[in-house]
Amino acid sequence: MIAPQDAGSEPADVAVIGAGVVGSAIARLLSGYQLDVTLLDARDDVGDGTSKANTAILHTGFDAAPGTLESRLVAEGYHLLKDYADRTGIPYEPTGAVLVAWDAEQLAALPGLREKAERNGYRETEIIDADEVYRRIPALGPGALGGLTVPDESIICTWTATLALATDAVNRGARLRRAHRVSSVRRESEYTVLHTNAGEVRARWVVNAAGLGSDTIDALFGFDRFQLHPRRGELLVYDKQARSLVDPIVLPVPSKLGKGVLISPTIYGNVMLGPTAEDREDREDSSTSADGFAFLRDKGERIMPALLDEEVTASYAGLRAASNLGDYLIEVDDRQRYAVAGGIRSTGLTSSMAVAEYLVDQLGKAGLRLTERTALPAPPRMPNIGEAGLRPYADAERIARDPEYGTVTCFCERVTRGEIRDALHSTIPPRDLGGLRRRTRAMNGRCQGFYCGATVTGMLAEAINEEPADAPANEEESR
Amino acid sequence: MTAARARLEPDVAIVGGGPAGLRAARELAPAVSGAVLVLDRESRAGGIPRHCAHTGFGIRDERRMFGGPAYATRMVRAAERAGAVLRSSAMVTGWSATGGLEVTSPDGLFEVHARAVVVATGARERPRSARMIPGDRADGVYTTGYLQNMVHLQERAVGRRAVIVGSELVSWSAVLTLRHAGCETVLMTSEQPRVEAYSLFSLPGKHLLRVPVRTSTRVTRIIGSPRVRAVEIEESPSGNRTTIPCDTVVLTGDWIPDNELFRSAGIALDPATRGPVVDTELRTDRPGLFAAGNVLHPVDTADIAALDGVQVAAGVLDYLAEQRRDGQHVRITADQPLRWIAPMIQRVGARPPARKRLLAWVDGYVPFPKVVARQGGRVIAQRRLPWPAVPGRVFRIPSEMLSGARPDGGEVRISLG
Ligand SMILES: Cc1cc2nc3c(=O)[nH]c(=O)nc-3n(C[C@H](O)[C@H](O)[C@H](O)COP(=O)(O)OP(=O)(O)OC[C@H]3O[C@@H](n4cnc5c(N)ncnc54)[C@H](O)[C@@H]3O)c2cc1C
Ligand SMILES: Cc1cc2nc3c(=O)[nH]c(=O)nc-3n(C[C@H](O)[C@H](O)[C@H](O)COP(=O)(O)OP(=O)(O)OC[C@H]3O[C@@H](n4cnc5c(N)ncnc54)[C@H](O)[C@@H]3O)c2cc1C
Repeated sequence: MIAPQDAGSEPADVAVIGAGVVGSAIARLLSGYQLDVTLLDARDDVGDGTSKANTAILHTGFDAAPGTLESRLVAEGYHLLKDYADRTGIPYEPTGAVLVAWDAEQLAALPGLREKAERNGYRETEIIDADEVYRRIPALGPGALGGLTVPDESIICTWTATLALATDAVNRGARLRRAHRVSSVRRESEYTVLHTNAGEVRARWVVNAAGLGSDTIDALFGFDRFQLHPRRGELLVYDKQARSLVDPIVLPVPSKLGKGVLISPTIYGNVMLGPTAEDREDREDSSTSADGFAFLRDKGERIMPALLDEEVTASYAGLRAASNLGDYLIEVDDRQRYAVAGGIRSTGLTSSMAVAEYLVDQLGKAGLRLTERTALPAPPRMPNIGEAGLRPYADAERIARDPEYGTVTCFCERVTRGEIRDALHSTIPPRDLGGLRRRTRAMNGRCQGFYCGATVTGMLAEAINEEPADAPANEEESR
Repeated sequence: MTAARARLEPDVAIVGGGPAGLRAARELAPAVSGAVLVLDRESRAGGIPRHCAHTGFGIRDERRMFGGPAYATRMVRAAERAGAVLRSSAMVTGWSATGGLEVTSPDGLFEVHARAVVVATGARERPRSARMIPGDRADGVYTTGYLQNMVHLQERAVGRRAVIVGSELVSWSAVLTLRHAGCETVLMTSEQPRVEAYSLFSLPGKHLLRVPVRTSTRVTRIIGSPRVRAVEIEESPSGNRTTIPCDTVVLTGDWIPDNELFRSAGIALDPATRGPVVDTELRTDRPGLFAAGNVLHPVDTADIAALDGVQVAAGVLDYLAEQRRDGQHVRITADQPLRWIAPMIQRVGARPPARKRLLAWVDGYVPFPKVVARQGGRVIAQRRLPWPAVPGRVFRIPSEMLSGARPDGGEVRISLG
């Protein structure tokens, strides 16, 4: 699929490298101005990197390091993403969280955490005693000594969040190019030429939002200012039948290594246990491990023994972009007309829209002309794949209008034929099973395809075959 | 939830149109005055046999041998001919606040209020995640059900070299399916230490299937992305690990009942089967709610599921005729090396279980098992059976062994002596 003729196509005003949640938010914001934006990603889908495999909590930022850019952008991003979710239908649930102290040291740390939260501008936490902890989380294992409530921590659908932002960008005119891995860059007087495995892309400005790859891209622009390594986080997702065990998110008291192992409801009605935190080298390796599972089961046994009697529906690992810097790195180099949003560690889902605002503001100051476009399309209305809202299988009016919404295809997750069809014909259609699963939840349930796998695979194969086989890479996703 | 649910009021509602549900419907339809409604979420009723292209169905119930799809069709027709109403693409999603079954179908939403409900939702194989097999996120990893749906219903290709995990009856069914799809089985692994487990395999033509088997072996990692490239296996007790190149992995057996409707109804689950606790007449502890088929014994063959259908129909008719049996009862439990036993309750004056057999599952091979029944520590029966207890298939125990149980004597524990 090499398309060298790409070099001849119109150069973009801005190329954004990386269509994770951060790059998608940036591309969306930029395409609200009179700018020609290209969003590229090495993978076959948007949100197929760290943004697809996290704990999907919309953080208040109560435990960030006060005074950092991260602290500020998480707090702002929380509100921006929540508002955006209201407008687009990204599913979220305001579950709240309880931080549980299991020993004297952790108990003693609670007042400090409360104070830290206030320095981060979050004033709603409350210290509660053990009885109150058990009243809120009756299934908690024995030995909890007290807790700190964080009433505004919420859960959100990370898949829909990225997809909504990227869809919005495309609707506003951005060109999305998936399966374009940037391998080197060449500076010309007016443009930067990005060499990818699918041809060259030229742009006046380049934004690096390449997640775990952002230090590598940064080096291509001659910098040596930060290093990343993957910090793997493994997670176990338990059966929906466990959902009643967990209402608020159960957080551990954070340690040096990170936020620690939590138990949280998921937006899809399951219960999640994790993540681990393990420093690794291979940036592509998101495999799970026997040690990781054993570690999680051990933690789970203590936090909520009843959970371990339930079936495991899924397991996965995500790679945090751990950075040698203590904060996000968001900077613009006006000389090279280049910007980076890197080291967005374990809070980037929450902060993504604030990162975009901050970065675009910097770009404006550095000389990028930001003229607002009039008549922007309305933000997309995303399909609801969350349990809190009304889903098509339970929506009589919708089924009456279109019986495909009454044909349940994935039984475990109650995904209907109509929803799968819609996803396959959406603005950014999936190109593989993983992409279809993230858009619909099909095959994500307890049977993992025993019943529906063949049907869903068949629908995907048919849709992919419908697409013209030899569309040149540079045209396949132009507006 | 939107309010607009059409209300249906059959005499009996049967959830699941597999062998168990269909046979129950066929018995009940001529015997009750109102409607007998079978709800199945697949586009065609018939249950698992729909995608088992091999023969071996119907021996003990229809007294003839059928291929899976032919058997499924026959069961559907027989239920319809008997007057049952079958609705496919109709999924029961839960219980309404007033105790009705909530149903989603292309014809809209329904709420079904029946005088008696039989849940016959079957069982599924545990997938990779539930077995907690770590490694890469790889395509090409199937359960037998998934594989057979791919090959026999969708006519899609799988890979060329497969490793089959497990050596239950169903595992051989996977071998046949893979062969049909032009995929070679390069290895079958079994955690069992001995080969007897599968040498008793009874599907016709087994001797043609030359498949290398490794015993005392488990899969410790799946390697390859986006598609599986190999599996890592570990032999016990040596702990030696080997990598076996393959592009397809089939995880077979390791069953779990589709128990959701029982759990959401607050029905007690048996910790060992993970299906509902039922008595010999297949009643649950909620009056009017019954279970049949693999949802209560994961898993037995289709003919036995169908004969459950006969058994449950008799129980339903008694219930509708207001013949109650809520007298004294004893709980039946399994002790090592038995993993589970079903049914789990015997009531005074109740009918014996179907075919006068208790069904059980063993975790190790026992050639001439001596079954011992104890109540309160006292041996109430023991018997050496002329058939072996084999992992991966149901072990049948004559229910007469319970005849010496005292109704007030507490739990009866069944074990192998
Ligand atoms: C276990 C875990 C739990 C987490 N929990 C939370 C949480 O609860 N709440 C929260 O807010 N955050 C959480 N995070 C953090 C959050 O997931 C990340 O901060 C966020 O997803 C980062 O988004 P991104 O767009 O920067 O990176 P990514 O999603 O990784 O996107 C970067 C993209 O760049 C592409 N790319 C890389 N190199 C190139 C190249 N050379 N050419 C083209 N494209 C390239 C990649 O393919 C990728 O799609 C968690 C992370 C992990 C791992
Ligand atoms: C690969 C394989 C090979 C086999 N080979 C043989 C063989 O050779 N011979 C043999 O005798 N047996 C064989 N069996 C076993 C046999 O298929 C089962 O014993 C039998 O199908 C069990 O019948 P059942 O009615 O209990 O469940 P199932 O056949 O599983 O039927 C359950 C039905 O319930 C429906 N259902 C479930 N939940 C809902 C809901 N919420 N709403 C509506 N409908 C619902 C399902 O769609 C399904 O149709 C094999 C099984 C497998 C998996």
